[in-house]
This record gives sequence, C-alpha cells and structure tokens, in this order.
Amino acid sequence: MKFAAVLLILASLTLTGCQTNGSEAEPGADLYQQLGERSGIADIVEDLLYLIVDDDRINEHFAGIDIERFHTQLTDQLCDLSGGPCTYTGRGMRESHAAMNITATEFNALTENLILAMEDNGVPTSAQNRLIQRLVPMYPDIRNL
Amino acid sequence: MNRCFMAFASGCLALTAAFPAMADVGSRLWATGGVTSIEGSAGGGLSPWALLSGYASDEEWGGTVTLSQATTEDYSLNVAGAGVTWNNRVELTFARQTLDLDTLGTVLDEDELVQDIVGLKVRLAGDVLYSPWGQWSAGLQHKQNREYTVPEAVGSEDDTGTDFYLGGSKLFFAAIAGRNLLVNGTLRATKANQGGLLGFGGDRNNGYEAMAEGSVSLFLTRQWLVGAEYRQKPDNLGFATEDDWWDVFVAWVPDRRISVTAAWVDLGEVADVANLGDQSGAYLSIQASF
Repeated sequence: MKFAAVLLILASLTLTGCQTNGSEAEPGADLYQQLGERSGIADIVEDLLYLIVDDDRINEHFAGIDIERFHTQLTDQLCDLSGGPCTYTGRGMRESHAAMNITATEFNALTENLILAMEDNGVPTSAQNRLIQRLVPMYPDIRNL
Repeated sequence: MNRCFMAFASGCLALTAAFPAMADVGSRLWATGGVTSIEGSAGGGLSPWALLSGYASDEEWGGTVTLSQATTEDYSLNVAGAGVTWNNRVELTFARQTLDLDTLGTVLDEDELVQDIVGLKVRLAGDVLYSPWGQWSAGLQHKQNREYTVPEAVGSEDDTGTDFYLGGSKLFFAAIAGRNLLVNGTLRATKANQGGLLGFGGDRNNGYEAMAEGSVSLFLTRQWLVGAEYRQKPDNLGFATEDDWWDVFVAWVPDRRISVTAAWVDLGEVADVANLGDQSGAYLSIQASF
C-alpha cells in the first residue's frame, strides 16, 4: 500500500518523459541542431582540446599529433554521429587506438572533458546524454577489449 | 567511544571539504560511486549497489567518509561510515550504527542499540556506464552488536552475523526525456533482524534467507538525481513482525568531493511492542570523497 506512493512518483516521472519525448527525442537531425550544427560541434571540440592539453591524465597521448587534422576529424565524426551532413573519413576506432593501451581512467577523463566542453557551450543535458549514448558503443574498440 | 568516533568522522568530513588541494578525487564520472548506505557500503540509502564507493578508476585509490541520520516517530538512527576503494575493483568499508530508542528507551531500560559493520565488495565484471550488461559486484557485510541486551531479550539467536549479496547496476543513457536512468538490483542472503540492530536469527527462523532489494534513480542533471528504493526484509522474531523498507530520495552531487542526500524513509513497524505504529521520517546524509 505504502509502496503505491513510490510507484505513483515513478509513474509520473515516466509519463512526463513520454510527453516531452515527442519534441526532444527525435533521432538524427534534432541532436545535430542541439549541438549547434557543425560550427557548434567545432567549438565543442576546440574547448575539448584545450581541456585535454591541461589534463595530465591523458595529454601525453595527444603529444605531437597534428592538432588541426585531429580537430577536423573529430568534428566530422561527432557531426556524422549526431545525424549531421558530414562524413567521418578517419580510421576506425579499434585501429586508431590499438597501440595506445587506453585505461578506464583515461577513457573516463576524456568523457569528463567532453561533458565539460558541452556544458561550456550550453548544450542541454538531454543532448549531452544522447551524444554520449551514441559514443558508448565505441568503448570496447577504444580500450581494445 | 561512539561519540569519539562521530567526532572523528565529522573532523574527516570537515578536513576533506576544506582541502581543495587534495584535488585527485578519482576519475570516474560524477555520482558513479553512488552514496553511502546505512550499512556503509556504496549504494543508495538502504541498499548496497554494484557501484564501488568514491571515484577511484582502474589506476587509482579513493575513499569516502559519511555521516547519516534518520529520524522516525519513535527512533533515530545515526551512522558514521568510512570506506576505501582500490582500482574500482575492491571496496572496504566500516560503519557504526547507533539507534536511539527514543520512546522505548524507558520501557526497555536501554537507551540505544549500537552495531559495527565491516563491509567488503568486489566488482566482478562490467562497467555501470559502458557495459551493455552493466556492472556486477559481490559483497559481504559482517555485523557485530555492541549492545546485546535488547536483541537477546526479544529472541534473537546471535549478536554477530554476516550478510552476503550480489548486485547489478546499469545506467541507461538518455532513457527518459533524455535523462540518464540508473537501475540497481541486489539479492542478499541474511539472518539479520532489522538489519542486525536486533541481532541475527530468531525463534521464528534461524536460517539464511534470500531478500530482494532494488532501486531506480533518474539524473535530472549530472548534479541532481531523484529516485526510490525498496528493501525486502526477513521476519525471524516472534515478538513483533518485521516490515520491508522503502524510501524516496533526492541527491545533490555538486562536485566529486561532496554529496548530500535527503530522503523520506518508511521502515514499517519496528519492534512494535507498544503500539508505536509505522516508523517513517526524514533521512539526511552527507558524504565527502577523497
């Protein structure tokens, strides 16, 4: 009986979810818009690169790379992934990370920096979550698991 | 002794909060250590989750200190806890619970029940965020009553007991209105009466029984989560029935270093020999990580 109160709260949360779903959770183009299209994504990636350079947990992995090329490729990749009109032409994630022995600590550090970069650029929570959701399947490839 | 421990834990909390120089709190993402349950293990308020306390990722150490209080109509429970986690693999915790028998105290001629709990949890497989099948952990909680007069008087068989549990936790990204949903399920083998505060085993049943516990939490943002928990309980003592526990909570995680959890808990009837009725009330917990 008392548990009914809990269920009621959960049910109302779920219902609210369904109502807002229509406007928010359209796949593809909508996420791309919320990230600010290609120019917005380029800004996010630029901020991400500044955060990476300052982050002693992971900056070693980025030492000596062609930063301009990396910026273009990651921007294209996130644009592509979020449903935008871009095509990622870089190497596959498993191939490009194979020799790097990425740890969970390093993976978490990059995820954290990406979230902070999205926050700095005013990306709504729901769009942040949906972009991360599309990146998560790359986890085993990036960590070479 | 108990006051000393509380003072020590408060000191640790204050120190941790006051030293921004201790910046290496660990690399796991915000709130992925859960909070500290009343038995010291990382979890929600009432149930251990498969998450390990603090923020240590696979190359790191981390720790937490926590003070919690639940106040119902006729009881108040204070918990001081501390834990360390190694490599997001092993969690070792300690908690001291003190239950003040506000109303029953005069009847029973005993002011409080005190219990120490040492907890060990091992992450078996998976990652709560990144694994499609979630994160799985096994743990134990070894519990020792420090005051046994009351538990013995109400028919408990032992002043010491060990709970064993298996837990699974999984975060579903963008599950509801683009918000992340954290789901936890725990199966516990236990003989504990009222979590052990009334001893272990009893006249009605003296064997291990499997109890189901579960929770759902929604991250409104990465700083705020709301949710509910349920914990099934055994009913070993003949003198009074034991009810399941549940709560609804809101947790605020402004930073890895600190979290504050407020909840409404319902413990059902607790040792109801004097028609005290349902015990429900507010729960507040503050945790610092280092």
